[in-house]
Amino acid sequence: MLESRSGQRVLTGVHFMLGNYAVAEGALAAGCNFFAGCPITPANEISERMAKRLPEVGGHFLQGEDELGSIYAVVGASLAGAKAMTATASAGFNYMQEGLGYAYAIEAPCVIVDVQRCRGENFATQSDVMQMRWGASGDYEAIVLAPASVQELFDYTIRAFNLAERFRNPVIVMSETTIALMRERLEIPPAEQIEVWNRKYTELPPADYLPFKAPEYGVPDFAPLGKGYHTIYSLNPHDERGRIDWDPDVFERLYKRITGKIRENRDLICHTESYHLDDAELALIAYGSEVRPALDAAEMARDSGMKVGVLKLATVWPVPERQILEVAKQCRAVIAVEMNIGKYAGEIERVCAGVCPVHKATRNRGLIHAPEELYQFIQGVWA
Amino acid sequence: MTASVNPARRHIRPGGLPHFFCPGCGSGQVLNFFLKAVDELNLSLDNMVTIGGVGCTARIPVYLNADTLHGVHGRTLAWATGMKLHNPELKVVVFAGDGDAASIGGNHFIHAARRNLDVTMILVNNLNFAMTGGQVAPTTPLQSTTTTTPYGSSEPPFDICRLAAAAGATYVSRWTTNRAHQAVRAIKAALSHRGFSLVEIISQCPTHFGRYALGSGKAADLLNWIEERSVTLAQAEKLSDGERAERFVLGEFIKMERPVFAGSTIYEVGR
Repeated sequence: MLESRSGQRVLTGVHFMLGNYAVAEGALAAGCNFFAGCPITPANEISERMAKRLPEVGGHFLQGEDELGSIYAVVGASLAGAKAMTATASAGFNYMQEGLGYAYAIEAPCVIVDVQRCRGENFATQSDVMQMRWGASGDYEAIVLAPASVQELFDYTIRAFNLAERFRNPVIVMSETTIALMRERLEIPPAEQIEVWNRKYTELPPADYLPFKAPEYGVPDFAPLGKGYHTIYSLNPHDERGRIDWDPDVFERLYKRITGKIRENRDLICHTESYHLDDAELALIAYGSEVRPALDAAEMARDSGMKVGVLKLATVWPVPERQILEVAKQCRAVIAVEMNIGKYAGEIERVCAGVCPVHKATRNRGLIHAPEELYQFIQGVWA
Repeated sequence: MTASVNPARRHIRPGGLPHFFCPGCGSGQVLNFFLKAVDELNLSLDNMVTIGGVGCTARIPVYLNADTLHGVHGRTLAWATGMKLHNPELKVVVFAGDGDAASIGGNHFIHAARRNLDVTMILVNNLNFAMTGGQVAPTTPLQSTTTTTPYGSSEPPFDICRLAAAAGATYVSRWTTNRAHQAVRAIKAALSHRGFSLVEIISQCPTHFGRYALGSGKAADLLNWIEERSVTLAQAEKLSDGERAERFVLGEFIKMERPVFAGSTIYEVGR
């Protein structure tokens, strides 16, 4: 049963909550008022919770006819002023790439939750990490957050909305079967302690407004729909007025800005956390639920006298290059930990190239690493 | 002496012309039909959102001085669904070709009709995928030659109006670019209707359908061909199913009231 209280947007208090529910509560706390999704396991509890909770707070829930219907309804609602979200799982996320591409191109803020699963089965995996970055056509920069616990599913969903509104970009919450279907302690703070950012609307009258005008790496102001601003939101290359324009210079300027607004604001977007790194000679670099066995393994190694630390990538995309490089400069070697064939490890290798060797503790067999396995891996590298 | 200007020009986005339609294309006519309907109803484009997907018809809203979404194939009604749920006050008009609405967007189309989403869809059916070079569409008449059916189309076409009616649309009519007055009247009825309203307009594509299927790139030949195959509802009743399938049945098929889709908050919470 859903333990929601009617009409209350922020369920302040301490809960023992399912990860998928925590996503829904995080969205509500961030001001989400539109959700569309299509049934898919293991993301269903997000939809079910939103179907119950959104009408209580005056929002709308839509069960889309398919994933494309859902993502485009989310974008349509977003342009109409909603803070909108969808949730899906790996196969459904494939379908949504088309809509994501449009959202990047016209700079529509929205939040997409991908609860990763293994080839149709609800096994643990992180194998969508590249799909999250490169799945849609066209040039864009993705913002992808990787929570490692039920608390972080709540916290990072709020952050996802804030970043989406601030940068007019889709933001992806990279969930996993492991944490989505787990119950854990969740502390929801009082509403007034939750930081919420909202998109900026223009103060200009329609005659002076240019919908895609912004500084070189900046974010354009929105205009409301249906108020005489006559904005065109076209996927096609468009100029500052929004008009379709095939001048190569216009095209280049647009895409430099759309990608630059994320890249040039990396320091604001990228979050990492450091554990036992102060004197570490060896570092595990992990994201998502793999942070948990990585931490356990590092502590086991510490108990055995090995100076091992963990760099947790709370933001996976854009790559927190500065933070990874700092660790690489300090350590003899780093170990990339992930639940796939070694996809993000390639990014870590790229950043660490010529600085320190990168070892790969990667696996993809539907199971999260056990701390003991990573501990053994550490022993092998340390020796 | 001042040059006379088409009064509909004030609805065209400044600098938006020239349009990119081929000579003889029906899309410009449909644009005119729509603006005439807008003017006769005293509507403003200011509170309207006009939506086009991809294709020739999808370009119509790009020329309108309204809020516009454009550029993704077949997803027009999905956008409209999110938009209308969040802000039911917006007047949403979708322009879609037959490829956009009945092929790639077919699923969204039947579900928008089923939900009775409060939008108007003006569906320009030129009987082929025109912008991409004249490929077969789900509306192409059987045995027609197109660029992807060099031996003639082997698939029976959709009757889009019957599809919409069966799915639950509450206003459905079909006219042709030959029947300007009726088309304008139907668009006015659709714009005044609350619920999912569809006006299908059979239109000429001389560049592709005309040349490949009919052997003539002349718009007049194609208009005549369409006119020869056009029958009214009353005339159609006297035809066998087989004969009907080769005709364009024109008229108003559905006009009814049904609750419009208002999303998940149509009920009171806690009941």
